[in-house]
Amino acid sequence: MTSFMPPAQKNWWNVPVGRQEIVWIAIALVWCLIMFFMMPYWHMYGGQNISNEGYRVTPVKYQAKVNEMIGKYKVREVGAMKTPVVAPPDGGDVYLMARLWQWYPMLELKKDVTYRLHLTSIDWNHGFSLQPVNINLQVVPGYEFVLSVTPNKAGEYTIVCNEYCGIGHHTMLGKIWVKE
Amino acid sequence: MALFRQCPDTGLFFHKEAENLMKANAVAGVVCLLIAGTLALLVVLTRWPAVHLLPADTFYMVLTAHGICALIFWVILFEIAILYFAGSTLLRSRLATPRWACAGFVLMVVGAIMTLAAVFGGNSSVMMTSYVPMRADPSFYLGLILFAVGALIGCFVYLGTLVVAKNEKTYEGSVPLVTFGATVAAIIAVFTIASGAEILIPTYLWSIGYISHIDPAMYRVIWWALGHSSQQINVAAHVAVWYLIAGVVFGARPMSEKVSRAAYLLYIFFLQLASAHHLMTDPGISSEWKIFNTSYAMYLAVLASMIHGLTVPGAIEVAQRKKGLTNGAFEWLRKAPWGNPVFSGMFISLVGFGFLGGISGVVMGTEQISIIIHNTIYVPGHFHATVVIGTTMAWMALTFLLIPVLFRRKMILPQFAKLQPYIFGLGMSMVAVFHMAAGTLGVARRHWDMGFAGNPLGFEYPATAYLLMGIAGIGGVIAVTGGALFVIITVGSLIFGEKLQPEAGLLQSFGVPLADSAYSDEKPARLPMAPAEAVEADHGEAGFEAPGTFILAMVLLVSFVIYYFINWKYLSEVWGLA
Repeated sequence: MTSFMPPAQKNWWNVPVGRQEIVWIAIALVWCLIMFFMMPYWHMYGGQNISNEGYRVTPVKYQAKVNEMIGKYKVREVGAMKTPVVAPPDGGDVYLMARLWQWYPMLELKKDVTYRLHLTSIDWNHGFSLQPVNINLQVVPGYEFVLSVTPNKAGEYTIVCNEYCGIGHHTMLGKIWVKE
Repeated sequence: MALFRQCPDTGLFFHKEAENLMKANAVAGVVCLLIAGTLALLVVLTRWPAVHLLPADTFYMVLTAHGICALIFWVILFEIAILYFAGSTLLRSRLATPRWACAGFVLMVVGAIMTLAAVFGGNSSVMMTSYVPMRADPSFYLGLILFAVGALIGCFVYLGTLVVAKNEKTYEGSVPLVTFGATVAAIIAVFTIASGAEILIPTYLWSIGYISHIDPAMYRVIWWALGHSSQQINVAAHVAVWYLIAGVVFGARPMSEKVSRAAYLLYIFFLQLASAHHLMTDPGISSEWKIFNTSYAMYLAVLASMIHGLTVPGAIEVAQRKKGLTNGAFEWLRKAPWGNPVFSGMFISLVGFGFLGGISGVVMGTEQISIIIHNTIYVPGHFHATVVIGTTMAWMALTFLLIPVLFRRKMILPQFAKLQPYIFGLGMSMVAVFHMAAGTLGVARRHWDMGFAGNPLGFEYPATAYLLMGIAGIGGVIAVTGGALFVIITVGSLIFGEKLQPEAGLLQSFGVPLADSAYSDEKPARLPMAPAEAVEADHGEAGFEAPGTFILAMVLLVSFVIYYFINWKYLSEVWGLA
């Protein structure tokens, strides 16, 4: 009857609020603050945070860095496309490039070693989705994303593209092997 | 001279021009829902791994059209109808500038047709988000711009109507809570559409070659100020619809006008920050910006939703207790009219939005937790709980209410109408829950083939992921069935339903004015304030007016806390990232 009629009191803002609402608002506000402070807390004490390091980059420059890395650290080639597999030095920079429809090159990393992973796309948006660990990052053309990554388990990992990138989107895969 | 008619059943007043526009917008919205639902079936049957219906190119085209048609066209067309209802009908006022409102409606329809034609033309399968530098046909962007301009006109007609009502003193005291909520929706809509203009106009100029470059990261930041905030229009509007239905079905009065309106103000101040939800794992944006924005300052808009989550069912409980349903904590709920689709639809919308959509949304919008969720099919799972169970079901419940009142037709197939909210709610809850579950296993959204058939590199998701996607597929088919039932019942009622008054002919169901004889040129009496509440015995417990609702709210909170920390636990197990 009254949610769609003008309030019964002209000065409705002076009507005291019931105990139930006050208690609930207090509880909800405390929970909201806990959730808010969890994020800075995790930046200080947690092990999984998105880095703030990023640069503008052009496809030509980035491709040059990728090729330089492949030239130095290629260990083998895979498949009919002869996709290079790179084993970068411990703690070194790793340049991974997304393009229609491939993650290039493939990587061989060591468990519990921290690498500086560089990520960009040379054409459209792509999505770096590392499976089966389920780490997901947005890859935006024109921006070089730099993250410290530390694999914590050996095995074969697949990079799925999870940002729609045209008709070949679902064929876009990459590989990372993590050795003991 | 403004013409009005009074609905003999509800006493509501309808201004002639406003009434036609409400009908036209609502009907056009339902047509978009029909298209969106048909496309949904194709999407569902393709993502169901055992069926895998469409070829890849058609799938991406259909998915693009489904998103735009459901998330933009259906909800916004219907929203405009709600605005006119809240402004004109609830305030007993004439609609301001009906010709502008007509022009806005035409623009929206033309824009919608133009964009859909571009998508089905086959060269604009860019998804709803149309991230640059992927390029769609120029008419794709132009259609969206026209639609947005039309919607903007609708918002200003609504705001103008508020001014008219105030000047002509059509109501006493303050505007009703429902109108207040609709106003919040209109205000959010205005700055949402402004963001849309800011990004879509340059993108259109880029698509025809006048601008050489649009920065892809900037596009994402501004586009999401359109994309996410437009869903916040829905939140503000569907909460208003919840309050309206609580008032109509139960005679419920807000527990506290001050609390509900203050919560709405928090929406205005903070909801628009949420564009950040989509940018948590983006490069080039600082953590400080992400944390402040993703949390709506300090989760103050979440606080607002948690308040409405208490006060909407709380208002119902108080009204029911006053009718004597005071046994135990939940007699008021047990004896609610579960066979009335207006109520059951609204209540499923409320519970589904809170438990499935709300909790998952806050969790996935946490800066770091987004790492294990971003762009997986968890995301569509989440927003089908908010936008479909929350908004669409609220719109459906309201439609069941409006068919006799606005369209003056009796609803056909009442037995099926009773079942409709349960079928749709069940199906859509399955879609939401099982997509979210599959997302935690890494299944990608907007992806044609989770099996990667024939790919030399090869990759297999765990078998459970296939099972979950299969169950989500079954849920999707159930939901589409419920949606089809809705369209059949509503459109069927407009065509075949018994006329509640002789003037309500076939064309009148679709926006043609009723004969003048149905109206009177007498100005409606001024809308009085709600009757003051008699001082009565305390119905609740320990100073709590609605103890049952408080228990439900605590159940929500406990689920929320547990689920939140489970996700931090999962996150802590993945590779180190810094």
